[in-house]
Amino acid sequence: MSATSVSAHGHATHVGHHELGFWRTYVFSTDHKMIARQFLFLGLFMMIIGGLLALVVRWQLAWPETAVPGLGWLLTDTGGVLEPAEYNMAFTMHATIMIFFVVMPILAGAFGNFCIPLMIGARDMAFPFLNMLSFWAAAVAGVLMLFGFFVEGGHAAAGWTSYAPLSAVPEYTGTNWGQNLWCISLFVLGVSSMMGSINYVTTIINMRAPGMKLFRMPLVVWSLFITAILLLLALPVLTSGVAMLLFDRTLGTSWFKPSGGGEPLLWQHLFWYFGHPEVYILILPAMGIASEILPVFARKPIFGYHAMAFSMIGIAFLSWVVYGHHMFVSGMNPALGMSFMVTTMIIAVPSAIKTFNWLGTLWGGRIRFTVPMLNALAFVWMFVIGGLSGIFMASTPVDIYIQDTYFIVAHIHYVVFGGSIFGAFAAIYYWFPKMFGRLTNPLLGHLHFWGTFVFFNLTFFPMHIIGVGGQMRRIYNPLQYEFLQHQQHWNVIITIGAIGLGLSQIPFVINFFWSLFAGSRAPHNPWNANTLEWSAPSPPPHLNWGPTLPTVYRGPYEYSSPESKEDFLPQWQPSPGRVGAGRH
Amino acid sequence: MLSWWLPENVATFGGEIDWLFHLIYYITGITFILVTVTFLSFIVIYRDRPGRRARYTHGNTPLEIVWTVVPSLILVVLTFLSVPAWSKIKMSLPQTDFVVQVTGKQFNWQVTYPGPDGRFGTPDDKTLLDEMHVPVGKPIRVNLRSEDVIHSFFVPSFRFKQDAVPGREIPTWFEVTKPGKYEIPCAELCGFGHSGMRAWIYVHTAEEYAKWAAANLAAQAPVAQTAQAKPSAAKGESDRR
Ligand code: HEM
Ligand SMILES: [Cu+2]
Ligand SMILES: [Cu+2]
Repeated sequence: MSATSVSAHGHATHVGHHELGFWRTYVFSTDHKMIARQFLFLGLFMMIIGGLLALVVRWQLAWPETAVPGLGWLLTDTGGVLEPAEYNMAFTMHATIMIFFVVMPILAGAFGNFCIPLMIGARDMAFPFLNMLSFWAAAVAGVLMLFGFFVEGGHAAAGWTSYAPLSAVPEYTGTNWGQNLWCISLFVLGVSSMMGSINYVTTIINMRAPGMKLFRMPLVVWSLFITAILLLLALPVLTSGVAMLLFDRTLGTSWFKPSGGGEPLLWQHLFWYFGHPEVYILILPAMGIASEILPVFARKPIFGYHAMAFSMIGIAFLSWVVYGHHMFVSGMNPALGMSFMVTTMIIAVPSAIKTFNWLGTLWGGRIRFTVPMLNALAFVWMFVIGGLSGIFMASTPVDIYIQDTYFIVAHIHYVVFGGSIFGAFAAIYYWFPKMFGRLTNPLLGHLHFWGTFVFFNLTFFPMHIIGVGGQMRRIYNPLQYEFLQHQQHWNVIITIGAIGLGLSQIPFVINFFWSLFAGSRAPHNPWNANTLEWSAPSPPPHLNWGPTLPTVYRGPYEYSSPESKEDFLPQWQPSPGRVGAGRH
Repeated sequence: MLSWWLPENVATFGGEIDWLFHLIYYITGITFILVTVTFLSFIVIYRDRPGRRARYTHGNTPLEIVWTVVPSLILVVLTFLSVPAWSKIKMSLPQTDFVVQVTGKQFNWQVTYPGPDGRFGTPDDKTLLDEMHVPVGKPIRVNLRSEDVIHSFFVPSFRFKQDAVPGREIPTWFEVTKPGKYEIPCAELCGFGHSGMRAWIYVHTAEEYAKWAAANLAAQAPVAQTAQAKPSAAKGESDRR
């Protein structure tokens, strides 16, 4: 632990010194907490755009070829009716933005930055300047991505998976700079993620407070640690892939173009070799967040701490060897399909283990239905549905039929909305007091949660039904197909659900900004939680703690321990039996 | 249950897919109900009430072993049950003298018959646009190709799907059990005309098929619907209704 003491000492001498100016405090800050807030605002802002695009897509599917309300000013020549190419652009950018600019910045960016140093007892990230660069690279990537909407030919329209050669030859989609900007933006974002993940891994390995053994780390830190390793290994594959794609489009190389001897399936292998670990990059932090919040509000230790950590490690290992399940009918050798089926089935086991452990955590608890808890409970339940629907796809023969139908869309959304986004909401409500020093309004929080929960299910559950009925994803007009006409009423119901889901976010926005400025002041430890961040003031000052760092005496989940009269026993408190023996 | 959601199955291997689908449906359905009942009852029973302390426990190893082993076994069984159907559908090609070439192209399906000489690439090949005719009860070999981007040949009623990848020819097959007219959408995003890139497959009885073939595939037969006859269909605009 020499690194810890050196850096702790080095920083400690600075505590209380020089005030930073406006720019260094709010804009070019190297403080992990400010960078976390910046990532959070980036993600929430992009969520508005991604969400509006989703509503456009849903409107089109429920009432094909009618004007989308409110789009008349934008699509002047059709009075608001979408052209097929614009529709392709809308769902492509919806998915791209949601995955790369909403879920990743909020979970890995904001909460990775916020939680890691505070929960392991470090003063900041290992490389604060690199950390700042990683945010600004992500912001530049976001601007480049948004800029694509305004270039001639429109934004990328080849799906978020951008299968070549559709994406590799401008004539095939009619998109030119849009697709180029898509590549460039993701390239820059890849660089940002690498800077971020190097920081996370180094910080967790080197900068833990005295007593913070690896297996005393909160599970959310474990999940972010594993996510960072996945990011470090997966993102370079995408980054090189998009560079190759850009070269095919602009420099005349032929990596993916059969006309020049290239191989279209190479793109899919590269994409999914990144893409499957990516889906775990999106869900693992949310799993960690749920594992953090359930014990606090059930007032119980997490059930099976080691199993929880090892199942995450298992998922990370396996995520490299299952990627081919996205390519069962792609033309890849069917014998490979068989082995990918086996690995895909195996990866369902750690997910099952986690689910049962969450149930075990609730068993015998004293459950308090706070807003973060409700969101965490919803996460668990929705993840169960998303995980179970994955088994249909894991069975290769069944996947032949449901591949590229709305069943897949239902599955993705139960996992990334029901999972990651509920996890993100849980985290926002849970750490808001620490992050901003104010409490949120519980009434608005409940309103937001219940609206989101009800409309989420109204929106995404019926997608299983139309998927089984055969509705393909990424089609502009389901009514063009005779075999789909009888189920069009479901498309209408889904769209009404989606509109409700959108409206349900209004109480969240009000709550967020109102609490930011006018919420009541948060105490150090409003939830009576055990982990280190709650020993710092709310919000924690620059460098997080005063001259001494906290010392860690035990694991993070000692709730209702017989050792203590209280129902919680923080990590930083010496044993009640030997009060005063510790360093505090 | 649920079978009313699936379109009617009319292919020989479709039954195996549907059977697996229903098996997984019941397994996941029962799991879901058990988990949900447990979850909801825990939430109700263990809600915060005054005067009770939460149970202090870090886990239970036998229980954890049980809930690791049981799902693993179920998944192993599912894997073994899936293997035969997969190898039958994607890894074997039954002997047959009926071969057609299907080529995806933005935004049409071109269906090529070898013509009277039984060979492809000769002048008597016949190409239909967005229309395919096959006899019932006979294995049909389809050689899938693409001229430009990736398309996906999907026949919902046959439970059949295979991507068509430019630069390679992918041999596939199916056998239909019921005459009729079935829709062939394209299931892989292939550009602005993707939605609307669809064709019909006509499944005839043996005699009807012979009649159709004599009238349309014979040496002098006027092929009513050749690719040349409907050039405008290649433009995406006409695909919008
Ligand atoms: C744990 C978090 C998970 C996440 C975030 C996730 C997310 C996704 C995403 C984004 C896709 C992409 C579909 C596409 O665009 O083509 C997908 C497909 C798929 N998922 Fe998951 N998934 C998760 C869990 C699972 C589990 C537990 C299983 C298996 C038991 C599974 C099996 C599959 C399969 C086989 C596909 C490919 C389906 C197809 O393309 O036909 N997933 N998932
Ligand atoms: Cu197509
Ligand atoms: Cu298509």
